[in-house]
Amino acid sequence: MSKRLPEGGLFIDRNKPIKFEFNGKKLSGFEGDTLASALLSNDQVLVGRSFKYHRPRGIVASGSEEPNALINLGEKEKFEPNQRATTTELFDGLKAASQNHWPSLNFDIGVVNNYLARFLPAGFYYKMFIHPRPFWKYIYEPFIRQSAGLGRAPSQKDHSQYEHFYAFYDLVIVGGGISGLNAALTAAESGLKILIIEQTPEWGGRCLVDFSTIGDETSAEYVSRLVSELKKFHNVTMRSRMMGAGVYDHGYILGYERLNDHLAEEDGPRHRLWRIRAKQIITATGSIERPISFPSNDIPGVMLASAVRDYAVNFGIATGNKIAVYTNNDDAYRTAITLNEVGVEVPIIVDARKSGGGALAERAKALGIRVENGKAISKVFGKKRVEAISICEHKDSGKGNEKIACDCIAMSGGWSPVVHLYSHCGGKLKWDEKMALFKPDSSAKPTSHDGLPFVTAVGSANGFLLIQEVLKDAREGCLEVVEASGGKVKKESFKLIEQEYENSLEAIWIAPQDADIKKRSKIWLDFQNDVKINDVELAAREGFESVEHTKRYTTLGMATDQGKLSNINGLAILSSSLGKEIPKVGTTTFRPPYTPISLGSIGGSARDDLFQPVRKTPMHDWHENNGAYMEPVGQWRRPFCYPQAEETYAKAVEREINQTRSSLGILDASTLGKLLVTGPDAGKFLDMLYTNMMSTLKIGRCRYGLMCSENGFLIDDGVVARIDDQTWLCHTTTGGADSIHAHMEEWLQTEWWDWKVYVTNVTEQYAQIGVVGPNARKLLEKIGGVDVSREALGFMEWKDGNLGKYDARIFRISFSGELSFEIAVPAKQGLAFWGELIEAGKEFQVMPYGTEALHVMRAEKGFIMIGDETDGTVIPQDLNLDWAISKKKDDYLGKRAQERSFMVNPSRWKLVGLETLDGSVLPDGAYATAEGVNSNGQKSTQGRITSSYFSPTLKRGIAMGLVMNGPDRGGEIIEFPKIDGTVIRAKITSPVFYDPDGEKQNV
Amino acid sequence: MLVFKCPYCGIEADETELSPGGEAHLKRFGPGSSDEELEGYLFNRENPKGVHFERWRHVYGCGKWFHAARCTATLEVFGTYSAQTFGPPKEIIDIIKSKRPGWKWRNLG
Repeated sequence: MSKRLPEGGLFIDRNKPIKFEFNGKKLSGFEGDTLASALLSNDQVLVGRSFKYHRPRGIVASGSEEPNALINLGEKEKFEPNQRATTTELFDGLKAASQNHWPSLNFDIGVVNNYLARFLPAGFYYKMFIHPRPFWKYIYEPFIRQSAGLGRAPSQKDHSQYEHFYAFYDLVIVGGGISGLNAALTAAESGLKILIIEQTPEWGGRCLVDFSTIGDETSAEYVSRLVSELKKFHNVTMRSRMMGAGVYDHGYILGYERLNDHLAEEDGPRHRLWRIRAKQIITATGSIERPISFPSNDIPGVMLASAVRDYAVNFGIATGNKIAVYTNNDDAYRTAITLNEVGVEVPIIVDARKSGGGALAERAKALGIRVENGKAISKVFGKKRVEAISICEHKDSGKGNEKIACDCIAMSGGWSPVVHLYSHCGGKLKWDEKMALFKPDSSAKPTSHDGLPFVTAVGSANGFLLIQEVLKDAREGCLEVVEASGGKVKKESFKLIEQEYENSLEAIWIAPQDADIKKRSKIWLDFQNDVKINDVELAAREGFESVEHTKRYTTLGMATDQGKLSNINGLAILSSSLGKEIPKVGTTTFRPPYTPISLGSIGGSARDDLFQPVRKTPMHDWHENNGAYMEPVGQWRRPFCYPQAEETYAKAVEREINQTRSSLGILDASTLGKLLVTGPDAGKFLDMLYTNMMSTLKIGRCRYGLMCSENGFLIDDGVVARIDDQTWLCHTTTGGADSIHAHMEEWLQTEWWDWKVYVTNVTEQYAQIGVVGPNARKLLEKIGGVDVSREALGFMEWKDGNLGKYDARIFRISFSGELSFEIAVPAKQGLAFWGELIEAGKEFQVMPYGTEALHVMRAEKGFIMIGDETDGTVIPQDLNLDWAISKKKDDYLGKRAQERSFMVNPSRWKLVGLETLDGSVLPDGAYATAEGVNSNGQKSTQGRITSSYFSPTLKRGIAMGLVMNGPDRGGEIIEFPKIDGTVIRAKITSPVFYDPDGEKQNV
Repeated sequence: MLVFKCPYCGIEADETELSPGGEAHLKRFGPGSSDEELEGYLFNRENPKGVHFERWRHVYGCGKWFHAARCTATLEVFGTYSAQTFGPPKEIIDIIKSKRPGWKWRNLG
């Protein structure tokens, strides 16, 4: 039985009881409890089910390395799956539920997998579900999806706030145990700007639990003195509840601060992601205890010895009535001694070492605790809870000779330094044979931009497990770092702290040593993913020699704890199965984050309205107020159409087109890119950028231009206007404004840097409005001002002047085939001008039209659209745009590439119009089939649709497409299969469906 | 998350302020060049484990293109320099020579 002791508990306040719920059961704990300690105080040892066999799982650890106690936390918009009970601080009203079981935690149907375990070896899924092929998609995967996965996905939007924080420090110290605190204190007087972070709420790390005194002080006094001394330094920032999540290139380190998770009511942001640049980083991240691999070591009640001690000292909890200790090192004796002190019976200490322990062992024996050296636990009795163990000789196959009653086992297989942050950015490890651990190789630290080391591990994270060595290393490591970052500190001689003699650890990777296969198939390495010793051995036999492959094949270390407990034990088994030394096998790659961080914190405040800036034209609000249905176009929002009353979008588009073609429409074209290119060499520059000649363009004239990449492909198009002797105004597509600006800058800065040209992006300085339709000129004349008659402003000309009270630049250009003016006014006049056009246009029944009408009208005229007719593989020649490619120029970007043999191949797919025989609308992107099959056995193709619309003008479906030898095949009928199996037949025509002679725009 | 010093505005620019522009010091081949020359110019790139010369743009800063010499294996930065040059300056070559004896990159080293 796990219960609260009558007294004790450093972290808890027994005067402040807290109510919480677990699986609907109302329970209580104390302020300062973690959810795990509160559950243990209520004898709730069973907390979940394992992933594969659905075996009962209990709390194993007391910190972030916990593999089993994963819970669904909270409800509705605060619901979050896979939270570790050991790091979840208890607050009033907390609601938690266990995961991965059905129908209930106590009775789980999925446990049937447990009895099938011998049929579900490592790689079972890979082997079983590969044949027959179609079964995967239709039978296996849906079934596995249903049973796989731990927590549920949240069903509601997360309403908490998150934020990012940018910070710069000379030195960041990760870990607030005695190594970190001493390192910080050593560095503090140098004046360097220092940040020290601790993932738990408490400073001091294991020191409070492991030592009653340090030097002349109690360990609590010692820690609080260090903390208060540090607080005096203005150059030191201290943050608890903040984890070092990852270390990246050039001193970049992520800190994950949990501000509100311990509170019932949120106050401000829930999590804060610190994006820190540090000149130097010290990882004082401590070490994690390893389990021992013995038969049935996964039964609830089997815990890490350090965790049992933590629960006793920090939370005043006895994790059992009778707690057996199983160890291969001296540290676990501390657990036995602590338990004895708080009045919990320790029936036995099983020490795998023949030679037994040092001074601590003597103390335990003096307390009357039975100690058995050279022994192993050969069997654990119990299903959902440990009931008893039997013990045998360590060097044995596992026939137990004595049964001992106990309801908890405190195990210690040694300690593994937390090397994650040290390793994230390339720090190398070395194997310490004597202590059986991987530790940082100080000769191969991660290096920064200057080629010098920037991450240093100190204390037990650096492989020092004895307190005097830890403190010495923290100081010495820190002095090195301070010196490297240019700081200076006094080098006082270091006062050594006395340390009891500890006998060295003896690595045991499997217990009992000669356990037979039946026993080995009950020894768990990874508790969450159900990876056992025989799985790793099987992987080795099947040829998985690389530790990275074995990991993925067996799923060892792939659980949410990322192998914090299981990795070293697993790779030791792998190395012995392969007959290789452990350092030869190596570790898997440590990747950030150290423990999972919330997706909310990664997003920070970049969500909802702040996810991305929305660009608005000066007329944006008018569109919204007048019922426009807006569509995103890059970061802009543009009206797709302006539906009236009950009208469908399609009907609105038809109405807008009909009205524009018959009378008058206006379009907000402000989003079109406007780049002002100026300078003595501007003409020469534009001749290189456009396929046609721009330097010869006369002032007052416009020319349609094409731009290609150096690889020959069409990237943008638009109308260029010559403004004065040295200035051209280049219109780009809406999406191309920024990229073409960047394209121009790139060539000017990196290739033709001696050319005298400036490029200015003036896109947002102007509101631009298309006035389109047979009555367009009448409207402008009604408003009055500058002469826009056919004689005064010819097609493809522009002029500046006043229209009413507006400062206008009028381009007579057309993208619809109608008589059309595009009028630019300063952005601040845009809305008023638009209003005036609407007002004055009433007598012509003016209608604003949206992007869809724009698209349909341009398609009716056979005008191409970048992104529809082009996709990065299309050259202007494919679109019959040879007329816009200068033959006189020696060079332009893409010219040489367009001369390549496959670019001039006559059988390239070329632009045509397509008319369906039945008048229907072809699906956009449909392919035209040809005779025969390709090398994959698929039907050959001979073309595809690039644009397809219903034309209200022609009252039928029209399409543009690229077809092999298309322009030479006018009148031919080709077939487009649809997804539903039917075929649409279409006739190849000219892409210009409407007014082929251009009479409408030329009036 | 690299940091480069922009040689124009002098700012130590975080990678989020920069956009990469691929290999540096490519010679443009236009009309009149052979297919092989064009192929080399458009497609053939160095992919060294070690010393490399790259183009970067301080796009969310001063907007200028610049060059960087760095080690692709350790991310050590040997220096940044103007984009308006046909090759790395001597002082950066000297730094690389001292730090990476025996290095080679295209016709350099």
